[in-house]
Amino acid sequence: MLEISDLTARVAGKEILNGVNLTVNAGEVHAIMGPNGSGKSTLAQVLAGREDYEVIRGSVTFEGRDLLAMRAEERARAGLFLGFQYPVEIPGVNNVYLLKAALNAKRKAAGEPEVDAYDFLALIRQKMKFMQMSETFLTRGVNEGFSGGEKKRNEVLQMLVLEPKLAILDETDSGLDIDALKVVSQGVNSLRDPKRAVVLVTHYQRLLDYVIPDQVHVLSGGRIVKSGDKSLAQELERRGYDWVMGAQVA
Amino acid sequence: MSSKSQEVEALVGQKYRHGFITDIESDSLPPGLDEAVVAAISKKKHEPEFLLKWRLKAFRHWQTMTEPTWAHVHYKPIDYQDISYYSAPRAPANAPKSLDEVDPKLLATYEKLGIPLHERARLAGVAVDAVFDSVSVATTFKEKLGKAGVIFCSFSDAVRNHPELVERYLGSVVPPGDNFFAALNSAVFSDGSFVYVPPGVRCPMELSTYFRINAAKTGQFERTLIIAAEGASVSYLEGCTAPMRDENQLHAAVVELVALDDAQIKYSTVQNWYPGDENGLGGIYNFVTKRGECRGRNSKISWTQVETGSAITWKYPSCVLKGENSIGEFYSVAVANNYQQADTGTKMIHIGKNTKSTIVSKGISAGHAENTYRGLVKILPSASGARNFTQCDSLLMGPKCAAHTFPYMEVKNPTATVEHEASTSKIGEDQLFYCLQRGISAEDAVNMIVSGFCKVVFKELPMEFAVEAQNLLSVSLEGAVG
Repeated sequence: MLEISDLTARVAGKEILNGVNLTVNAGEVHAIMGPNGSGKSTLAQVLAGREDYEVIRGSVTFEGRDLLAMRAEERARAGLFLGFQYPVEIPGVNNVYLLKAALNAKRKAAGEPEVDAYDFLALIRQKMKFMQMSETFLTRGVNEGFSGGEKKRNEVLQMLVLEPKLAILDETDSGLDIDALKVVSQGVNSLRDPKRAVVLVTHYQRLLDYVIPDQVHVLSGGRIVKSGDKSLAQELERRGYDWVMGAQVA
Repeated sequence: MSSKSQEVEALVGQKYRHGFITDIESDSLPPGLDEAVVAAISKKKHEPEFLLKWRLKAFRHWQTMTEPTWAHVHYKPIDYQDISYYSAPRAPANAPKSLDEVDPKLLATYEKLGIPLHERARLAGVAVDAVFDSVSVATTFKEKLGKAGVIFCSFSDAVRNHPELVERYLGSVVPPGDNFFAALNSAVFSDGSFVYVPPGVRCPMELSTYFRINAAKTGQFERTLIIAAEGASVSYLEGCTAPMRDENQLHAAVVELVALDDAQIKYSTVQNWYPGDENGLGGIYNFVTKRGECRGRNSKISWTQVETGSAITWKYPSCVLKGENSIGEFYSVAVANNYQQADTGTKMIHIGKNTKSTIVSKGISAGHAENTYRGLVKILPSASGARNFTQCDSLLMGPKCAAHTFPYMEVKNPTATVEHEASTSKIGEDQLFYCLQRGISAEDAVNMIVSGFCKVVFKELPMEFAVEAQNLLSVSLEGAVG
């Protein structure tokens, strides 16, 4: 589904990604771990199409299409979803309104009719219940005055409504208490499907107790330095990132 | 007849000999301004003598005044002798008595503007008074309003049919010598709207005026006077458009509102005069004086404006809060794109006890535009317990535009409370990217973010116009980002 080859990118003249190689197949959950500043978030942003990042080398294909040639909104409509690490507030823009516009943009691109307002409300209520979100969410502005945990739940809610083929979740677990973490994990797990893939970008192993990954990668210095199965995350938790980075030097 | 009037008559005659330009579409006075022109306008409109005198007094005062330069706007000097001060669409006979008598071409123009006098107005339950260049074309719903005792007509009709009301209230809020443009308007105003809501009457429908400048080299100087008597209430909306022309056109209107005891007036404006092209060529100079007086106790005047057009906007809808417990409100969205310049805001003058005012101003700048908020909150010694809340927010789109805020405050009563909040933000790259990542196009995303920014103002607009305002906003900002 996603094929990243020798991806090298910089922001503000500084090289952050330095030859990333990664293959994600449909039905898989991958975790990308690594210390602060290793390029995890940059990788997520580059895949989503943020313009501040300049790709200098390498290629990315998404379902056989040249992802880097697509604009951010085209990538989204093709089924790539980014759960933001710091979801931005958009004052005065209603949450439901944004989500409806997003869903309709996607449906339009797929040649489907716009969603009926009544059906949409029913859908969103059902997903909100699943995510244990309060009804007041319906009338509030996008992330306006939300707590950190509410913002993350909102990201997952959007993901569940948009049903992406590839979901990249950038530190969706950070700042969550244990109950919220369970709810968010439950949301992510409900999306697991042989036709979809999930990439979890995370700093801690904690999330991986609830969302079991097929593969774990360690990103350091802008490249993937180690890959393994779920046990790699546990070993990292025990021995720290220095262990991998030390091994890299040795 | 006094010798003065005879002199004027003679001058008018002279001017007539030089000839009015009357072509197929319109009946205009030639460019130029002197006492004869003022008198000619008055004569064309068969005005009573008090009004002619009033005009001439204003004109003489205007001649002693100089154009204000304190606003944060830049433009080449206006040649007041190069403007035609009267232009009327040529009617087959005299004034039309019903819509059926109105020139179909004219109605088609309104149709194009989205203001069909016939159907939509009726469906929407909106009474429309349409001013085309200088003359009021047709006023709908006269009968229904008449039953409620509401007078809603063109200013000329009011002068003819209700001269006592006009004489009593005209210039009582904005005196003829108030400022340069108000004085000019007082001398040469040609038409406009008049509303009188009698005591205890709630006006049964929204009233609306649509202004349009059509003829080239024509100035538009309309005059609006709205009076809400004791316990009356009325909601009024004006919309404005003008065709695209390379030269700048002057629009200097005066609006006066009077609210007596327990009366309420809500005045909404959606202004979309031609703003000039993307290089700043052409466009309307919108130099307007709008003021409301809360003359009675517990009265309320509320201004809501959405300003998207004009090359230059110079406009400060204000409230004079005389009556005890009276309330003034100002909600504004001002958009400036390309080379537009907007210097707008409000004045809240607190005179009576326990008077209250609220100011919410949202300025949006894009392209090379300059957007200035200028506001005055003045609390006089008599205004014990007065309260004001002001909020000014600016949104910048792109690196070349600018926003300025000049809030002036004069507080002369120690029991008064004045609050001011201000913010300037850039349309966030983060906000934009967030929307793009959800599959929303850049254009829709910008519209969404801007509408969110303006929401508190839009919700003050009558329902059907809130939608129009939102659409206008997206047209004005087309191509501003991305």
